[in-house]
Amino acid sequence: MSGSVIIFWAFAGLAIGSAVFCITRRSPVASALWLVVTLFSLAALFVVLDAQFIAVLQVLVYAGAIMVLFLFVIMLLNLGRQAATDIKGPLGLAVGVALAGVLGFQLGVLRVAGPPAAILLPPDAMARAAAEQGMVGSVARPLFDAYLVPFEITSVLLLAAIVGAVVLAKRRL
Amino acid sequence: MTFFIVSSIIKIIVVFTAIMVGVALLTLAERRICAWMQDRLGPNRVGPQGLLQPAADGLKNLMKEETLPAQADKALFLLAPAMSFVPALLAFAVIPFAAPLPTRWGDVDMVVANLPVGFLYILAFGSLGVYGIVLAGWSSNNKYSLLGGLRASAQMISYEIAMGMSTVAVLLLAQNVTLTEVIARQSSSLFTWNVFPLSLAFFIFVVAAFAETNRLPFDLPEAEAELIAGYHTEYSAMKFSMFYIAEYSNMVTASALMTTLFFGGWDVPFTTWDNTPPWTVWKTLATLAVFSAKVLFFLFLYIWVRWTLPRFRYDQLMALGWKVMLPLALGYLSVIATAIWLLHDRLAWTYDTRFALTLFALNVLLAIPLFFVLDRGHIVAGSVAPEGGNA
Repeated sequence: MSGSVIIFWAFAGLAIGSAVFCITRRSPVASALWLVVTLFSLAALFVVLDAQFIAVLQVLVYAGAIMVLFLFVIMLLNLGRQAATDIKGPLGLAVGVALAGVLGFQLGVLRVAGPPAAILLPPDAMARAAAEQGMVGSVARPLFDAYLVPFEITSVLLLAAIVGAVVLAKRRL
Repeated sequence: MTFFIVSSIIKIIVVFTAIMVGVALLTLAERRICAWMQDRLGPNRVGPQGLLQPAADGLKNLMKEETLPAQADKALFLLAPAMSFVPALLAFAVIPFAAPLPTRWGDVDMVVANLPVGFLYILAFGSLGVYGIVLAGWSSNNKYSLLGGLRASAQMISYEIAMGMSTVAVLLLAQNVTLTEVIARQSSSLFTWNVFPLSLAFFIFVVAAFAETNRLPFDLPEAEAELIAGYHTEYSAMKFSMFYIAEYSNMVTASALMTTLFFGGWDVPFTTWDNTPPWTVWKTLATLAVFSAKVLFFLFLYIWVRWTLPRFRYDQLMALGWKVMLPLALGYLSVIATAIWLLHDRLAWTYDTRFALTLFALNVLLAIPLFFVLDRGHIVAGSVAPEGGNA
């Protein structure tokens, strides 16, 4: 087993383990922190995939900004102390098992089918792209070139969400 | 490969030791400079000129009793000091601190990890430092600590945006996110140091860096007049000391970042001798000395500001962050991007002194209206403010 495979399995295991902890902890703060661990493991997996730029953005945006906001809200509402109510019960359990089954089925199909050869990149394509146009360029060029319209639509969507949040929060504008 | 591993381990040990010793001496420097500004002597009893004072303080902190609040979340309470301490040190790993050192086995980059995305790495780890403070505040189960933690998270998020925006201007000029490239772009003359073509970005960056490191005038998370000691109220002994080490390490990293992004990094001014191969040991030593001098200057600036300015009020801090720094950074970014596009793409100027000085002139033009906005009529109107008016 080569080094990168070992690293992949280590961080994949860590990601899954911390994700399980994230949804099973009673304390919202602990949940949020386990989610941070998950995000870090995902960043490490991006590095294994030669996508350092995405990895750093993952840490910068999700672990550094969004999760801090999560923590801020949890602490502001002071959810930390009392144990939150459960959504367990036979129906919730049944839905959970059904969804897990669907997910397992999808993973099984993916394992058997595998990606078609037409969308596979040659083995050293990432390294060559990075050498040609830099780490950032290989992400930025498609984003601001081929996918410019979807990108801009996404930003309008986010703007609408922000305006909506402000309208909801401030009764009297 | 072996050479890479060995040299990396040596670099890690040397840099870690240098920062730890530097932080210890910095606590002493802070107290001595503060004393000097207040016309006192400061700690000068332990060792010559008080040089052993940090060692004595460290020993005291190791010997003191560790306290644990009864209702605290124990795991997070113990973890929080480390979580504020580790990111502060990690961020320094990608900062180049001298010209490459030639050895028998090849040149060694004088940077612990020369990441291709080094610049973003620093922003990422800079934003992680807040976890330690927030969790310390929350896990202490003390309402003052909690308020400190809340303030820290709100403050960090607010100023991080302005900080990121101001540094995008640097990236536009450097056309790269690798810190060695950022330095190389600045090294051709004194005026190509980014502080000249991007003066306002430097101003925004310094303000945001002060807020990010929780130093006065932005040390709201521990505002002792309102919150006892803020997020570290419940901490004692070495855990308390860890927060201090983290704060000073953050200062060192922020100073190194100001040096790297805006003051040419390890570039020796007025000469290009230092940034052209062949590399020699003398070049490494000279550039290291220049880098240290620049970092020490910014550390002095931190201490200088701390003992000069009063603390902001919390609403003022937020208003400054969201209503002044963020729009300013955004507007500045669009102006400077247009200017760079015009000079670089339309007029096809290469990046040299002329390019930098043109941008500098633009900065001066922008700075004049900015001065009137930030001044809010205080200095300009001065003593002619109406009697009893609320200025």
